[in-house]
Amino acid sequence: MYCHNPDTIENSGGTEYKIEDLVKLAIKMKPYFGKKGGVTVSGGEPLLQAKNLIPFFKRLKEEGIHTNVDTNGRILNNHAKTLMDEYADLVMLDIKHMTEEGYLELTGKSCKETTFNFAKYREDSGKKMWLRYVLIPGITNKPELLHAMGEHFKNYNTIEKIEIQPYHKLGIHKWEALGWDYKLKDARENTPEELEEAGTILKKYFKEVKIN
Amino acid sequence: MITEKFKKGIWNDVINLRDFVTNNITPYYGTHDFLVGPSEKTKKLWEICKEATQEERNNNGVRSVDTETISGVSSFKAGYIDQENEVIVGLQTDELLKRAMKPFGGFKVVQKALSEHGLEPNKDITALFTKYVKTHNDGVFDAYTAEIKKFRSLGFLTGLPDNYARGRVIGDYRRIALYGIDRLIESKKADLASIGGPMSDKVIRLREEVSEQIKALKEMVVMGNYYNLELNRPAQNAQEAVQWTYMAYLAAVKQQDGAAMSLGNVSSFLDVYIQKDLEEGIINEVEAQEYIDQFVMKLRMVRHLRMEAYDEIFAGDPTWVTEAIGGMFSDGRTKVTKTSFRFLHTLYNLGPSPEPNITILWSYSLPQNFKDYCAKVSIDTSSIQFENDELMRGVRGSDDYGIACCVSYQELGKSIQFFGARTNLAKTLLLALNAGRCEFSGTEMVKGIPAYTDEYLDYDKVMANFKIAMKEVARVYNDSMNIIHYMHDKYYYEKAQMALIDTNPSINIAYGIAGLSIVADSLSAIKYAKVKPIRNEEGLTVDFKIEGEFPKFGNDDDRVDLLASAAVADFNNELKKLPVYKDAEPTMSVLTITSNVTYGKKTGATPDGRDQGVPFAPGANPMHGRDCNGAIASLNSVSKINYNDSKDGISNTFSIVPKSLGATEEEQIENLASTLDGYFSRNAQHLNVNVLNKEMLMDAMENPDDYPQLTIRVSGYAVNFVRLTREQQLEVITRSFHESM
Repeated sequence: MYCHNPDTIENSGGTEYKIEDLVKLAIKMKPYFGKKGGVTVSGGEPLLQAKNLIPFFKRLKEEGIHTNVDTNGRILNNHAKTLMDEYADLVMLDIKHMTEEGYLELTGKSCKETTFNFAKYREDSGKKMWLRYVLIPGITNKPELLHAMGEHFKNYNTIEKIEIQPYHKLGIHKWEALGWDYKLKDARENTPEELEEAGTILKKYFKEVKIN
Repeated sequence: MITEKFKKGIWNDVINLRDFVTNNITPYYGTHDFLVGPSEKTKKLWEICKEATQEERNNNGVRSVDTETISGVSSFKAGYIDQENEVIVGLQTDELLKRAMKPFGGFKVVQKALSEHGLEPNKDITALFTKYVKTHNDGVFDAYTAEIKKFRSLGFLTGLPDNYARGRVIGDYRRIALYGIDRLIESKKADLASIGGPMSDKVIRLREEVSEQIKALKEMVVMGNYYNLELNRPAQNAQEAVQWTYMAYLAAVKQQDGAAMSLGNVSSFLDVYIQKDLEEGIINEVEAQEYIDQFVMKLRMVRHLRMEAYDEIFAGDPTWVTEAIGGMFSDGRTKVTKTSFRFLHTLYNLGPSPEPNITILWSYSLPQNFKDYCAKVSIDTSSIQFENDELMRGVRGSDDYGIACCVSYQELGKSIQFFGARTNLAKTLLLALNAGRCEFSGTEMVKGIPAYTDEYLDYDKVMANFKIAMKEVARVYNDSMNIIHYMHDKYYYEKAQMALIDTNPSINIAYGIAGLSIVADSLSAIKYAKVKPIRNEEGLTVDFKIEGEFPKFGNDDDRVDLLASAAVADFNNELKKLPVYKDAEPTMSVLTITSNVTYGKKTGATPDGRDQGVPFAPGANPMHGRDCNGAIASLNSVSKINYNDSKDGISNTFSIVPKSLGATEEEQIENLASTLDGYFSRNAQHLNVNVLNKEMLMDAMENPDDYPQLTIRVSGYAVNFVRLTREQQLEVITRSFHESM
């Protein structure tokens, strides 16, 4: 409902690239990656193409390039599992909402459990993960939701940090350009106090809380 | 004597600043947490300076001019801003921001500059320079050939230092602080005694030059006396070291008004003294920062008298007090000291500013804390530039160097350069399509290029003709350079700066080109698309029709990027074949300063689809808006130009909107530092970084008074945005602001 890249939501369309061309592009950029940089696949939902991502990530690993999947965790087929187990150095998992109703309201899809199962799968594999959470006043920024998230994940060892993305309205014009109705028009941005409060709660549960 | 306390080396026996710094430096690896704000004195002084610069802006860019005095090292008595608050003293004239006449470059230029402000020189001085005294400008035009004049007036060679001082020479201003003037005179006298016969032109000239240098040194002692400073002896503490160094620079900008008069790399030298005084408890951090703040403040107040036309090639009244900071020693240690941080910190204590032109010598080996601080300062102020220390040190050989003007390596105290402005390579390409004739006037410029009759341009034919044109333009360019530097030495010798440089230094002659990305894109269009020239009745090209697509420079596409690097290599090779005055080594830069706008005006439509009169991209930049594959692709294209073909520097000005560098300050710093590491690891040479939004610049155009200190990097230097002409402001705004990496 609030995706800032709505132009990437459609499953059709886009431009096809050959894997080797993408790898070449990544190699050209490698000197700029620094200590923490690398290739992140995002979307839309990159795991829709999990099968094709396997050879891509395999090549990137051969070139010594860090790999990262930015996902909503709704797809956990065998390809996605292979990709995560063998080739993805990092998974950034977007936690949309902590309640079933909230999740449905925001995403139009039911079953937040799918995302939780995904997180559990990553945890069991022992490999690195970050959580991401968009903070919308009155919708996802409620103390009880933040505590619920903390309680759910506090014993996870693979979570390095949680990144908080304060809700902003920058994406509205893109929705309008696509002729779609932007359903969150009435939502407002967080006040600095609201951000700080959310941060304080989350710091009780997570090693590192980063507010973007 | 403080010098007894320093670690000894060969610097004790011969004048050698590098050896002194190498032996006595305290590299610093920590963070910027130690830095302090401006002192009360500094704040008071800066308020006065800000008011004065506001008055200057309100008064058509000039606050006042002395029309009675010929400026020289000791021609003005002491001048102060507010004496009781000044810990570092000295002004170019007797009053803040009062400009002085330096007529030896060209008297007509001085007259013109004054008349533009309703002034004229003292009558006796006018009589002197119209009847008896010859200037550099007079000398050059006595010797210029008709051919050179033609190339100059039609815009093939532009901005040549034939009616203004050449600049670019960097005195080793540290020498007075370390040795005192008495010792420097003694050393020059010994040199003079050793220069003997047979008396060839070369030997006679050198003897005369060294004698002039000795006179300048003696004048510096007099200048010091006006301020009660004993410059004849070495500086004894940190305050004196800063003061003495500034006095040396001040002598240079009293005697000369060269376009670019760099400072060198004084910060880590001064740190030796500051560190010593701090360790001994003589001063504290507030005082240490106060010295540097006030020194920098003085450097910001340097002014030269310029005529309005000068603004076309060097917009915004720049002085290029370029200070190179950071870098590594050849032995692997870093040259970063706490005073490197203190210099950068002036951009917070005094606010952003184009001067001094702070240039970071970047190496992947720099301490991470320093890299991060540089990135932070760059993001916050858009006032600093970055150059590749690994590359320059490796190719050019010394680890004790400054940057002349924008991008030009110069070993300090050991070498100088002859500034050569630039030639218009895009217009040179048009010669190849117009049978060697100027595309506007039809004047024959170059012989031996056949008329082009095919309907579509053929790449091989165009290249063959382009090479003939390059060869001929290079020949005329070289002729003009030899005349200019012969005459500059003869009539406007930089005696004060040369007095602080070894006798008979090595010289490189600094040629330059403009319009590289237009040439590359034009050749690419001819090669990969179909280009049909549209000709007027005289057969001159007035427009080009392009059918099909072609790769454009700035997208990391070898098909066109290699055309750019080959054009650089080809023109440089032509220049290298030609004999140079004083046996200088030819080097070339890809740099435009702000002349990319005026070059554009003087150039007809080009085969890349650029219309007549449209500004060029600055320096080695891709053309505005054509680099559309993100910031990194754009950087990668420029990095393919080989520094060995362009050893005087390859300027790239890069603008990025803050949010595309990252969401948080921490991320932005990390990403900018990684970008610099990445870019320079590809052997790129220079990067100007602007981190700002276009909207702010547009607002500043409408409300200049709200942005008195808004600084933006343009091409190897920075300007106060509000001091650019509207045309130049618009050009800056049309440049690519990268919204993605």
